[in-house]
Amino acid sequence: MDTTALTPSTRLQTEFGYNSKIEGEVVHTQLDSALNWFRKNSLWPMPMGLACCAIELMAAGASRFDISRFGSEVMRFSPRQSDVMIVAGTVTYKMALAVRRIYEQMAEPKWVIAMGACASTGGMYRSYAVLQGVDNIVPVDVYVAGCPPRPEALLDALIKLQEKVGREPITKTLKRDVAPLKYGRLGLEISATSIEETRKNKA
Amino acid sequence: MASALELARQLREAFPDLIAAPTEFRGEVTLVVLDPDRVPDVCRHAKDTLGFDMLLDLSSVDNYGDDPRWLVVYELMGLAHGQHLRLKTAVSEEKSGLPTVSAIWRTADWHEREVFDMMGIRFSGHPDLRRILMWDGYPYHPLRKDFPLAGKETSLPEVAFTRQAPLEGGPFVTVASTAESIAREPRARNPQE
Repeated sequence: MDTTALTPSTRLQTEFGYNSKIEGEVVHTQLDSALNWFRKNSLWPMPMGLACCAIELMAAGASRFDISRFGSEVMRFSPRQSDVMIVAGTVTYKMALAVRRIYEQMAEPKWVIAMGACASTGGMYRSYAVLQGVDNIVPVDVYVAGCPPRPEALLDALIKLQEKVGREPITKTLKRDVAPLKYGRLGLEISATSIEETRKNKA
Repeated sequence: MASALELARQLREAFPDLIAAPTEFRGEVTLVVLDPDRVPDVCRHAKDTLGFDMLLDLSSVDNYGDDPRWLVVYELMGLAHGQHLRLKTAVSEEKSGLPTVSAIWRTADWHEREVFDMMGIRFSGHPDLRRILMWDGYPYHPLRKDFPLAGKETSLPEVAFTRQAPLEGGPFVTVASTAESIAREPRARNPQE
């Protein structure tokens, strides 16, 4: 073929216009689904390991159970780089405000998995020292039963969280716009002083 | 090599009017020190002369309703002779304090902080008597018998808060038995029943 015969306009058509050779490689989708697909398949955990559940969390990360099959193998020990906080263990009152501070330091969008009985409800520790469920201070997306839960249960929770992330209409309501100012079951606000005020207002 | 009972007798001979006769129960020897203020003297003698160079544990008991209310317990051990000796001393509620032994065994430092934190017994002369388990500023001593298991509400802004735990049906307790795990596992049980 004599290329010198092609005019500039026909060359443009060939390179940038409709090309029947790549037709089968184009995927049409909605922006929502695409963004959610990116998000849900690389949920990087913030491992908030506080007690024996953290051992099962480590097992879930190791080769036998292998959380990397679901895109969550990158355990970030910095809240700035993580998407989902896995609260694995007993949250004492001494640790409670530190847990919430770390949650606040995580960038939006962010999610929380309460792993095990203690993180979900306080578990068997009905005691002066233990927060009765981490949902008192942070909004929890998925609760995992068990004492401690097996790694498969954590993986199941992660899959459920992925389904939840996949359903979020993020282009209509960007999460940062609807992020709650008040956290948790009791409607707690950010600082401990405002906890007191919130409680007074509720009373 | 001297037995624990023999060492206890030697310790009593050094302080005849301060230490009651040793009692032995299941091979363990206990001495009662009558004056808590002189516990460091007894301990110093036990370490320097009788070779009790290790403090295994230092704990306290709340005999709520009795007088004196507190019982402070010292578990002594000699690495050279391998003998174990227990010292007990009663402390009244009004006083709620006694001299430290942290200058004799450095491990007593944290043990005494724990006793102070949980029971509220003060150790005079302690180098750093702060709370060790609860946070600075927590107003109660939670292992006292008159402190409710469910806890009390507190708030220390930016540090910590506590609430009362819901105790519907009593605390979670295990039952010691040879039954299957479903019968043994921790469940809400009322201790009064």
